[in-house]
Amino acid sequence: MRSYAIVGNGVAAVGCIEGIRSVDADGPITIISEETHETYCRPLISYLLEGKTDTERMRYRDADFFDRMGCTVLYGSRAARIASDGTAVVLESGETVHCDALCIATGSSPFVPRFEGIETVPKRFSFMTLDDALALDGALEASSRVLIVGAGLIGLKCAEGICGRVASVTVCDLADRVLSSILDAECAMLMQRNLEQNGIRFMLGDSVSRFEGSRAVMLHGDSVDFDLVVLAVGVRANTGLIADIGGEVGRGIVVDDRMQTSIPGIYAAGDCTEGNDISLGQRRVIAILPNAYLQGHAAGVNMAGGDEVFDKAIPMNSIGFFGLHAMTAGTYTGEVYEEVNGTSVKRLFWENNLLKGFILIGSNERAGIYTSLIRERTPLSSIDFELLKTSATTTAFPREQRRKKFGGVV
Amino acid sequence: MRRVFVNEEWCLACHLCEYNCAFANSGMDDMVLALKGKPIFPRIHVEGDERISYAVSCRHCTDPICVKSCIAGALSKDGDVIRVDRNVCVGCLTCVLVCPYGALAPGPDGVMQKCELCLENSCGEPACVKGCPNRAIVYEERGERA
Ligand SMILES: Cc1cc2nc3c(=O)[nH]c(=O)nc-3n(C[C@H](O)[C@H](O)[C@H](O)COP(=O)(O)OP(=O)(O)OC[C@H]3O[C@@H](n4cnc5c(N)ncnc54)[C@H](O)[C@@H]3O)c2cc1C
Ligand code: SF4
Ligand code: SF4
Repeated sequence: MRSYAIVGNGVAAVGCIEGIRSVDADGPITIISEETHETYCRPLISYLLEGKTDTERMRYRDADFFDRMGCTVLYGSRAARIASDGTAVVLESGETVHCDALCIATGSSPFVPRFEGIETVPKRFSFMTLDDALALDGALEASSRVLIVGAGLIGLKCAEGICGRVASVTVCDLADRVLSSILDAECAMLMQRNLEQNGIRFMLGDSVSRFEGSRAVMLHGDSVDFDLVVLAVGVRANTGLIADIGGEVGRGIVVDDRMQTSIPGIYAAGDCTEGNDISLGQRRVIAILPNAYLQGHAAGVNMAGGDEVFDKAIPMNSIGFFGLHAMTAGTYTGEVYEEVNGTSVKRLFWENNLLKGFILIGSNERAGIYTSLIRERTPLSSIDFELLKTSATTTAFPREQRRKKFGGVV
Repeated sequence: MRRVFVNEEWCLACHLCEYNCAFANSGMDDMVLALKGKPIFPRIHVEGDERISYAVSCRHCTDPICVKSCIAGALSKDGDVIRVDRNVCVGCLTCVLVCPYGALAPGPDGVMQKCELCLENSCGEPACVKGCPNRAIVYEERGERA
């Protein structure tokens, strides 16, 4: 019987377990999980602070999941290294887990730049894990002035989650706009205004030069007094286990379309990896939950001797703050179609007969039709792209394709 | 499994399916009280142009990308039916971002709702199909994908 080990206990690990079990009903699976919680929905930690969910509803799977799947989970244990042929994982406790097939699903960790004086700050937090969120929850008071360093997705979600509970929230970022990795200046401004209208203050194009206890001295010379600080500058893929044994690592662990690393027999999935982004035609880290699940599933199937290729990865995000949603996907290259209308923006990008990417602020009905054109690499000449530009509708597809979609099992 | 299938040649674009859906999921037993003068949020919608029309609802995909993408674990496959747990959904719209058919949309409260084939409401079988005057949508078994 084949045995399996998975390092990490996030969504990629769950995908991997479900992938393995779709092929092999019995082989024992050991999960090495540094976190002490059952798999939870990491993106919900801000909703937890906002009171829109609770730890029970945040579970990713039901309470029997690991039992039913025949998994042994080693909570609170950290993998220190792996054998170079992938047949053993040595834990920090000194114990060794042997396996026939191994998946690295270690996710990412907050990246904390060396701010001068950071050690003098009495209350500082990261915002990546449930424990981070619970710690922050315990520290927030109605009178708290909160400084968030980082106006990316994680920093802003944190801001939204806590702003109704504290006296003030200030967000700073070296970038000159919010969500700079996914939005252009105009769209970023729309999102920023909406956040500001909901009470969040911004210091953009500026960051902390040094901390002096509960005061941050900014690069531009201002200073900000705060009660607690959340550091959400960025994240780094946890690649160490593979790098240490000479596997290929860039910003993430390099994987092929079957989620195998450069070391035969060792697989990797989720935020720790760098796989092919088909909209870009290059490898990149795509740190989003759908990717973690889909990569994990492919890894699991292949570990169990099946054959699953996942070659449709693209970055894509649906992120909302106070009711205003930004949806983005793919890569922003080529020709552009745009509609700008008050607080609503649509930008579609296409090149070489393929839809490459889009940004939608506000109105977003049936946006998945656009996303699927990117993922499926649908030749735009095969559909009524002029109609699709103005409206995401399946009416733009030839009748025969529609008959398959709506008259058959898909 | 039985699913809702479209015969687009026969659709009249009368939108009755949308009203029947909204009513079946309203939990009320008077259609006028349930729907009159209110915006409706049906789980099926009629698409098309002046030449062709057809009613789109969830395909209950064999490999549902929405389930795999949901950031809250709110969407799941229950047998062959794709369901949403509205108590768990946080309204992030990731499922709208990925569904290739444009088949789901949030309700008035911002929480996702989708066709569950009327298996849970008092109708017991799809109300849209039951009320369609021209059999432009049917509820039946068709060739499963391997
Ligand atoms: C605040 C926030 C909001 C987000 N919002 C969204 C969103 O709206 N949409 C979206 O798509 N994505 C979102 N994401 C990203 C999403 O959460 C991740 O893409 C996803 O959780 C990645 O899953 P994973 O399994 O790859 O990694 P993780 O969930 O990070 O799991 C990895 C696990 O491995 C453990 N681990 C690491 N090293 C070791 C070791 N050596 N030994 C043992 N265990 C180890 C870690 O402790 C961790 O528990 C958000 C993330 C955050 C933090
Ligand atoms: S909501 Fe869309 S993706 Fe999900 S099962 Fe229905 S048709 Fe498929
Ligand atoms: S809107 Fe709700 S059902 Fe859809 S992906 Fe988000 S949490 Fe899941």
